[in-house]
Order: sequence, then C-alpha cells, then structure tokens
Amino acid sequence: MTDATASPSSAKRNRFTAAFKILAFDKAASIGCLIVLTFCLVALFAPLIAPFDPTEQHILDSLKSPNALYWLGTDEYGRDLFSRMIYGTRPALFVGVLSIVVSIAIGVPIGLVAGYRLGWFDRVIGWLIDVMLSFPSLLLALMMVTLLGSSMVTLVAVIGFSYVPVFVRLTRSSALVVSNLEFVAASRSFGASDLRIIWRHILPNVLGPIIVMGSLSIAGAIRDEASLSFLGMGIQPPSPSWGNLIRDGIGVILQSPWVAVAPGLALTLSVLAFNMMGDSLRDMLDPRDLASSGEKK
Amino acid sequence: MHSYVIKRLLSAILVMWAVATLVFFAMRLIPADPAQVVLGDYASQELIEAFRHKMGLDLPILQQYRSFLVGVLQGDFGRSMVTGRPVAEQIFTLFPYTLSLALASLLIGSAIGIPLGVITAIRRNTIVDSLGRLFALAGFSFPAFYLAVILLIVFSVNLKWFPVVHSVSQEASLLEHLHKLVLPALSLGLIQASFIARLTRSAMLETLSQDYVRTAHAKGLPRRVVFYKHALRNVLIPVVTAMGLYTGQILGGAVLTETVFSRPGLGKLLVGAISQRDYTLIQSGVLMFAFVVLSVNLLVDLSYALFDPRVKYD
Repeated sequence: MTDATASPSSAKRNRFTAAFKILAFDKAASIGCLIVLTFCLVALFAPLIAPFDPTEQHILDSLKSPNALYWLGTDEYGRDLFSRMIYGTRPALFVGVLSIVVSIAIGVPIGLVAGYRLGWFDRVIGWLIDVMLSFPSLLLALMMVTLLGSSMVTLVAVIGFSYVPVFVRLTRSSALVVSNLEFVAASRSFGASDLRIIWRHILPNVLGPIIVMGSLSIAGAIRDEASLSFLGMGIQPPSPSWGNLIRDGIGVILQSPWVAVAPGLALTLSVLAFNMMGDSLRDMLDPRDLASSGEKK
Repeated sequence: MHSYVIKRLLSAILVMWAVATLVFFAMRLIPADPAQVVLGDYASQELIEAFRHKMGLDLPILQQYRSFLVGVLQGDFGRSMVTGRPVAEQIFTLFPYTLSLALASLLIGSAIGIPLGVITAIRRNTIVDSLGRLFALAGFSFPAFYLAVILLIVFSVNLKWFPVVHSVSQEASLLEHLHKLVLPALSLGLIQASFIARLTRSAMLETLSQDYVRTAHAKGLPRRVVFYKHALRNVLIPVVTAMGLYTGQILGGAVLTETVFSRPGLGKLLVGAISQRDYTLIQSGVLMFAFVVLSVNLLVDLSYALFDPRVKYD
C-alpha cells in the first residue's frame, strides 16, 4: 500500500515545494504576495497608521481637497478619507478571506463526495448547483442580505454561500479524475475505507486547483463585499468600507471627484494582488495550462 | 439533435421551477411582515389587514404559491407592493434598457477581447503579449462599478462629453439612447474584454499546438489563413461558452453600472425593490434574471454545432 501511494504523495510534496518557490522567485507572484502582506499589516495596525478616527467628523473641513493635514482630503462630513480608507482594509480582507474559507469548507467536502461516489448524490448536487448558478451571484447575495440583514457575519455567510458552487464543481471534476487513477484502485483493493481514500488520497491531489481558485475567489469576494457596500447592502456607514466610500464619492462627484478615486484604487490593488498570486500559482500547479501556454516563469 | 434540445429544454424548465420555488419561499422566510414594511410603523391594524387581503398575503402559503406559479405561467407577475403597478409592465418596460446595455458591452468586449487574445497568442512572449496580458490582468481586477466611476469623472465631470446622470426616457431619439449607452457599455465592456482576451489567448495557444495547424503551416498556407481561418474557428467554441457563462456576471455588473450612471434598467429596478422590500417585484425580477441566464446558456449549448461541424447532439 505504501508503494501504491508513495508516488502521488511525493509528487504532491514536490508540487507544493515548487509552488512556494514560485511565490518566492516569480516576479508577479512576489509582487502579489508583497501587496497582500502590506494590506494585512495595514489592516492589523490600522489604529497606528490612521492619523484620525475614521468616524470623527470635522464639519468645518468638509470636502477638503488633499492637503498636508488630510492626505486624501475629507468627505462631506469632514471625515479624513485616508483614515477611512485605512480602516476600510479590515472588512475587505476579513470578508474576502473568511467567506472563501466558508465556501471551501462547504464546497470541497460536497464536491469530493459527489466526484468520488457519483450516483444520485452527484446528480442531485449537480442540479442544485445549476439552480444556484442561474442567479447572478451578486443578486443571490443581495437577496440573502435582504433576508438576513446586513452585518459583517452576514456578508461572510452570504458571499461564502455564493461561491460554494464554484468549489463544488471544481472539486467534483478534479476528484472524478483522481478517483479513476490506479493508486486509488490499489488503495481500494487493500481494503481502505471510502473516507480514508477521500481524505488521504483524493483530497491532497485536488488541493492544487482549490488553492488557485481560492486565491482568485478571494479577489472576487473582496470585490463582492465592495459591490454590496456600494449598493448600501453591505457594511453600513459610518463604519468605513471601500465600497461605501466609493458610494459616498458618487454623491459628491461634481464637487469632489477625488473622494471616490482613492478607495477604488485600494480596492483594485487588493483584487489585482490576489489575482496575480492566483495566476502564478495556476501556472505552477497546472502543468497542462503551462504546456499549452508555452511559458515558463 | 431534437432529443438533445428537448432534454435541455426540460432541464431548463425544471431549473426555472426550482428557482421560482426557491425565490417564492425565500421571500416568505423574511421575518418582517411585508404589509408592515410597506405601510410603515404607524399604520393601523385595519389598514394592514386590508393590505394583506388585497395582496393575497392572508391566503394559506401553498395557495399563494399556486397562484404565483399560475400567474408566472400566464405572464402575470402580480402587482408591486409599493407602487401597485403591474410588475410585468415594469419589468418589460425596463428590460430593453438592460438588454441593450448587456449586448453593447458584450459587443465591445468581443471586439476588443477576441483580436487582443489572438494577437497576444500569435506574438507570444513579445512586448505585445506582455502589454496585452497586463491589460487583461488589470481589467480582470478592476471592479466594473469603479471603472464606471472613473469614466464618469473623466468623460462627464472633466471633459463634459457625456451627462453625469444617464437617465433616458422612452421618447428619446435613437441617437440620445446611443449617446447615453456609451459610458455604461464601455465600463462593462472593457471588463468583459479582459476576460475574453485571457480566454481567447489560452484557447488560441492550445489550438496552435495542434497537429492540423502544423500541417496547415507545412503545406505552405499563408500565416493569416492558418491563424484566422483554421485556428480561430476552433478557438471560438470555448470563447462563446465562456461568454454564455459570463451572462450572469454581465447582468450582475449591469445592476451596479445602472446604479452608478442612474440609468433605468432591471438592475436598478431590483436594487430599488430590495431597498424598499417590495417582495413581488424582487421575486419576479430575480426570476427574470434567471430566465435570461438559462436562455443564454441554452442558446450557447445549441450554437456549438455552428462553430464546430464535428459537434453532434446525439
């Protein structure tokens, strides 16, 4: 049994060692990682970085353009935009990362079982996924926020739930391929239980695409949080979020166009960073794609 | 072919029924009483009872469900709880605005994305490829509503080429309609272009490594003919599939774009309905979106044979 499974395990180890190497040496991946790390530090040390309390109003200084005191200017209530943007990093990363953890925690086990066992379970899951995918994900999230009310926890649940079909589909298709490989048949012939095969042999071999999709989905989830907050269904003012800051900016776009620009740049940069990481990891972990694209990082 | 079409149609109908059921019961799960929400905190009990009776909310839930399904089948989506206007009338009045936005953005996306994907694949590992990939990555990362804001600031606030508010009446001329479609369609279309370019590049690279392309080169066909006649046709299948799958995203993007530009459309209608808790409008609007997504996916499935004669539906 050891012989039958040693090869895929070592291949898996090699793949992940290589993945970490690419994160360290690939230019795009390194830049992506660095930006993500910076955002994490900004979120963590926001009270030390922000010069003002993000909800503190200075009515006499409303809609000030960027200056030495207010680096990015102020909004219509005189709140410091730089401080609000710094604090806006927190909900973006919190919701973005946690929601994808939730969707992976739900989607991956379902996809593993569906891809390994097939049969009626797979058919029912496939049909439910079709139903979920027929809603635009933003609409699904909007509807669920209407049902559950808007809070940080609701946003994590709602956005996480809307990404479940992505992970179910991806895991199912990967598990389907892996479960037909010889080492799985060998394990089965040695009397390994289904649970053991799924946990020890199939899951480690489908983790690569899941990690790639996870990174790309965090980018999508950050965008979704901002979109919901932009529509007034996410983080509620006066708490800052990049989405509601852009929304505030739309209201004063004629007088103070800069209000909407800076939070949008932060949003775009964070999404770009996670996409860069995901893209590089995909190049590394998907040899077929690499071969077809003919590019070696 | 016929049996495949029937099977796909039945499957789509089943999914539509599931969506309708899900949306109907989800709306009934909301803890707040819709009548109370619509009439406000100070409405008398008699008024609330009268409203519930008028909207059929006092009927048993299964009877409401049956009426809803029968209504949908007959094209009657009920009346808006807030305005009292027929929901179908509101939806069908605004649908052309969203449809034109989605189609225009798809047109822009394809017009930029497909050639860009082809060129970056043909000129792989050159500066053109790097720039094209940079554009694709940037577009992939730009939230559509933020791009809309930037376009608004540049072209409406600074250059004043377009109005800030893009509301357009039905009586407006075609030229006015088109003028007010440019920025919203660009903001959605540029994002689509990046998706399509990435996909086209990847599909083109895979196709270019196929034996038949090598054979075409070997027999001396001009590069243009090999790339655009032999390779591109096979590239279109995954691209069209992805464009179909992006319908949901385009519609989701339309919700945001219509809000930024204050442009009439289904998305803006639905966001308004959600903020006003107009349940009849929400359930019908969501159903309409699902119907469009399913229809496009069905059409995409059936269009494969057009692009690839090898595809058989047996």
